[in-house]
Amino acid sequence: MTAAAASPGALPRRSVWQRTRDSRTAYLFLLPALLVMAIITFYPLVFQVWMSFTDYGLTNLRYNAPAPNFVGLQNYQRILDNNIVLPNFDFLRILVFNLFWALSNVAFHLVIGVVVALVLNIEGLRFKRFYRAIYILPVVIPPIIVATVWRNLFDPQYGAINQILSGVAGILFKAPPVTLDWLNQPNPIVALGPFILPLAYFALLAANVWLGWPLNSVVATGALQSIPRDLYEAAEMDGAGWLQKFRTVTLPFLRPAMLPYAIYGFIITFNLFYLSYFMSGGGPFGQTELLVTIAYRLVSEQHLYAVAAAFAIFEFFILLGITLITNRLGKATARYDA
Amino acid sequence: MSRPLADAHIAGRRRPGRFGRQLVLQLICIAIAVTVLFPMVWILAMSLDPRNISRPDSLFPPGASLDAYARVIARPTLNPVSFARLALNSVIIALLISAASVSIGVLAAYAFSRLRFRGREILMIAILAVLMLPAVAALAPLFVMLGKFQFGTFNLRSSLFGVALAVTASQLPFAIWNIKGYLDTIPKELEEAATVDGAGRFQAFRYVILPLATPVLAVTAFFGFIAGWTEFQFSFLFLVGDTNLWTLSMALNGMVGQYAASTPWSQFAAFAILVALPVMVVYMFLQRYIVSGLAIGGVKG
Repeated sequence: MTAAAASPGALPRRSVWQRTRDSRTAYLFLLPALLVMAIITFYPLVFQVWMSFTDYGLTNLRYNAPAPNFVGLQNYQRILDNNIVLPNFDFLRILVFNLFWALSNVAFHLVIGVVVALVLNIEGLRFKRFYRAIYILPVVIPPIIVATVWRNLFDPQYGAINQILSGVAGILFKAPPVTLDWLNQPNPIVALGPFILPLAYFALLAANVWLGWPLNSVVATGALQSIPRDLYEAAEMDGAGWLQKFRTVTLPFLRPAMLPYAIYGFIITFNLFYLSYFMSGGGPFGQTELLVTIAYRLVSEQHLYAVAAAFAIFEFFILLGITLITNRLGKATARYDA
Repeated sequence: MSRPLADAHIAGRRRPGRFGRQLVLQLICIAIAVTVLFPMVWILAMSLDPRNISRPDSLFPPGASLDAYARVIARPTLNPVSFARLALNSVIIALLISAASVSIGVLAAYAFSRLRFRGREILMIAILAVLMLPAVAALAPLFVMLGKFQFGTFNLRSSLFGVALAVTASQLPFAIWNIKGYLDTIPKELEEAATVDGAGRFQAFRYVILPLATPVLAVTAFFGFIAGWTEFQFSFLFLVGDTNLWTLSMALNGMVGQYAASTPWSQFAAFAILVALPVMVVYMFLQRYIVSGLAIGGVKG
């Protein structure tokens, strides 16, 4: 970015001919990507809009099958009315849970990531490189493995979590073995009206926090290392304590680096398919279902292709809204820093 | 926390009284390492437990053996499909995605990073918008569309190639953005010098940019490979009919999925390790590039 921004002033003005040549060259470079994306990304998205206004179902899949009927906004209506055969489907509840899920996860990722980066940045800490190498490991374990392994950890009978809790409870309180059914416990831990946080949510949260903070820590470490040391010395001469130094020196450097990652992390977590699908299976009673897992079930289990298409379009607009809001937030802090 | 930060380089590192502080820090770091490593060590212990389905109760199972590994390699699913076949299918999908996203992605990334052209902004926003969408968002139309390509007995949807196409759709925008972020950090002067020496755009790209971009290409290829190697959503939906086309993820799902009545945990653990280990070994070799590639791509992108 910096190289591109600096050079136009230094270059002589180019003629129209040269500029169009650049455009033509550019499109030559872009051709493969545009072709591939036109066919497997943009066309399907347009096709999907059409599908969402039809009753496309299993019967329309067969070779030489009749064209589906146009049904207008019926699919959208069905979703909003929760008129879908999926058990315990409640669009609004799932949306609220999905937002809360992403927000709460990102908050943990950010705080833990920054704290660990601060610890690893302490002058004179031995084996830094070793710890950094270890801490990054969760990032490279395939998500399906992470999800299934954590499902095992929370297994009521064979899981490590219950066994550890049993061990602790047995030693400290002489309590009987813990047999919490983490992923299927029907009684919600937190319930505010229709907004429910079952035990499974906390299990998913634990798995995703384990999975997510290391990357944040890497980014925070990079940002911390870019802080000039004399800023701290100057702050110290002004008599700043560690909290003041953190607020006036560290935080302004961390913010611009962490913010894009927080937004990125929010979107990734919002759409995190594997944990919900494989750990809790969306349960208990669909309480940990996310928009993406619902969209998947609509196609793979229900074969409601048209409803799935309408659902994906709802999802698109929700994500668009989130992106616009986060973009605003990003710009606001960018101005703050400038 | 911060006092020692400032006076450390004045006083030197080894000073009496530093030992206690170092000890506390080490304990904190080790505690974090334990939480990070625990699930991995647990799964390793379980995979070595010879009592297979029975309750794994310690990190050091008595009579540890590789029996579970032998079992999953011999018979990974209830169907007569070999482990080698599953792995080969996963590799084919992974290589197709990796090759497609890197080769197509680097060309597009070059155009976005270096060339100013009509429609640049709109195209970049379009690609970024796709990046935001989860793969599942295009599930229904891809399922229907790819299924329409029927040539004799070959159906594009029910093929490894169809899965690779579908995953490439979601992997390509990431590849373009990741590579572009890296290319933006390569000084423009290097190409300009080559152009002065008489090189055209393509030569500058081929002989200046491409070699310099090797780290990010490796990283992007690696991510493409992982995406394909462990892909589940499309494979499960597209390939479920023909067991000869099953992938590792599908077999893994068969073990722990909602229809698996009782999970053979030792075999599951062995299987999980067999799937994850190659990725982690490659990661160890690429680690330096991955961390810097991600940091640069993420911050600048």
